[in-house]
Amino acid sequence: MGRAVLWAAGVLVALFLLAPIVAIVPLSFSAGSFLFYPLPGLSLRWYQDFFGSDFWLPALWNSLGIGAAAAALATVLGTPAAFGLWRAKGAFRAVAMGVVLAPMVVPVIVVAVALLLAFGPLGLVATHTGLVVAHAALGAPFVVVTVLASLEGFDPVQLRAAAACGAGPLRAFFRVCLPQIAPGVAAGAVFAFATSLDEVVVALFVAGPAQRTLPRQMFSGLNDQISLTTTAAAAMLVAFSVLLLLAVSWLQSRSRRRASG
Amino acid sequence: MKRTSAAALLTAPLLLFLLLSFVAPIGAFLWRAASDSEVAPVLPRTVAVLAAWDGAAVPGEDAFAALVADLREARARDRETGAGSIPRAAARLNADRPGFRGLLPMTARRAEAAFDGPARDAVLAISDEWNQAETWGAIRRAGGPLSSFHVLTALDLRQDATGAIRAAPEDQSVFRAVLLRSLWISLLVTAACLALGWPLAWLIATAGGRASTLLLGAVMLPFWISLVVRTAAWMVLLQREGVVNVALRGAGLIESPLPLMMNRFAVVLAMVHILLPFMVLPLVATFRALDPRLPRAAASLGAAPWRAFLRITLPLSLPGVGAGCLLVFIQALGFYVTPALLGGPNDQMLAWFVGFYATRSVNWGLAAALSLMLLVAVGLCVALYGRLAGFRRPGAA
Repeated sequence: MGRAVLWAAGVLVALFLLAPIVAIVPLSFSAGSFLFYPLPGLSLRWYQDFFGSDFWLPALWNSLGIGAAAAALATVLGTPAAFGLWRAKGAFRAVAMGVVLAPMVVPVIVVAVALLLAFGPLGLVATHTGLVVAHAALGAPFVVVTVLASLEGFDPVQLRAAAACGAGPLRAFFRVCLPQIAPGVAAGAVFAFATSLDEVVVALFVAGPAQRTLPRQMFSGLNDQISLTTTAAAAMLVAFSVLLLLAVSWLQSRSRRRASG
Repeated sequence: MKRTSAAALLTAPLLLFLLLSFVAPIGAFLWRAASDSEVAPVLPRTVAVLAAWDGAAVPGEDAFAALVADLREARARDRETGAGSIPRAAARLNADRPGFRGLLPMTARRAEAAFDGPARDAVLAISDEWNQAETWGAIRRAGGPLSSFHVLTALDLRQDATGAIRAAPEDQSVFRAVLLRSLWISLLVTAACLALGWPLAWLIATAGGRASTLLLGAVMLPFWISLVVRTAAWMVLLQREGVVNVALRGAGLIESPLPLMMNRFAVVLAMVHILLPFMVLPLVATFRALDPRLPRAAASLGAAPWRAFLRITLPLSLPGVGAGCLLVFIQALGFYVTPALLGGPNDQMLAWFVGFYATRSVNWGLAAALSLMLLVAVGLCVALYGRLAGFRRPGAA
């Protein structure tokens, strides 16, 4: 009896989590122009609209470009930092960890407004560079945390063995450590990319019309009448998220297998 | 020693990057909450004279003379450089005392003409406002370089001309209400997440096999989907001609569309949906770490199921529950997009006011003071989280 109630509650909550997404995706294939069911028919007209539009397609490219650049920057900076933090000890580690993880907890509105103020005199407001820098700062903690987690499965004795064989610390890192934690690094990069792809508040304050990302474009489309092209954009973002989720689960299972094997 | 310095060297690039792109900008922004630098360059003599003023009555001729000299100089400088320092100072003073936005430029313009007799008579002829102690008090409060004005405003407090601190007038007291509203919405969302997340997390942790994987997938999928997309989905569901209203009307349950959007209900509902994974995932980790033999041992010793739950399961899972609650609460406090899109004017949280004062009314000082309030609240929660869950194992999302 108790178990049945538990199952009912759990399944209902799972449905609550999935329902809005399941509800919005089919609407984007509607042949009509209303945001409710039943659909008058199926068509790809809203996707045609999306790919033919002057602002949705650039927004898609902006999202992908800025996300890739921000993820690359966050990964290049975050991977060595994670390695350093893994080896570090004591007060330095605690302070550095605090700084590195701060972007995860500081409300993003504070970051957005502060960057708007700081970027002004530097000429970085409404530039791609500015948005990439901001998104890299927001994504870096995810890289560090993910790489640190995969370093848990790495035996540091191997580094000493490499040193005994005459490899310098740099060589040891690139030849011995990095190949083993590569899935973790890749997962971190995917996290950073997803962070940038999701991010809207910083884009709202710091980006100009030329840097409009997909979520930013959606946000401005949501203030007035929602068009079905917006639901097509949403459906595409959902598809991206699913791909990224699958990529990360695959990478993490590989990383775990390496750690245990 | 060598090991530590090598580690420091590897972290240096990221730390430097975050220092420049994150810590310094936020520090410089928050500094605006305590600094006051718009008025002093425009009215240096007036500020100097007012420093010695007791604030009880309108200051004497020396203050009026200083004001006239300052305004003439500033106006000449503004005309030469086009810097617009008087309107900026006026905007800052207007934030303290409404009316200043017009008063200061107007006084500057009309005080430029030469006059006979005391400056006091000439200035009072321009506007009677200058015959009030509080007008001068506003200038003194804005004299800088540091001031408590913005922080006090964010707390609905005011300093009068004599320096005494009292409550702000009723019609201008909004920020305490906004803070309380933000805390209340966050608390509501956290409680709802806990109530909904507990059974789901328990099921995921104990069901095992395919059911467990599927349920976990149902949590992970929305977790990865963009916040804007999920908010948009709720808008599509809840709007007047939205999925829910049309379905209900189609089923004959309602006559006219229900007002499901632009209210507190929609904000809380969407926030619960967005933050629920942050509750479920730590709970699953906690429940999986529980030793299933312990409640069984309690049962074999004769404890009823509810008693085993209260005495064994609950205390053991409390740290994880606390961590999940704080994780949800911290994030809920800073929400911007969802209330902005789904809420009405009375559902906006602190973050919305930070954005409003930073961009639409260009009052950086107040935006910084409100951010400070938000950060203090978040900081307290993070400290609590650190005590509860420890920072050694930052949960990989």
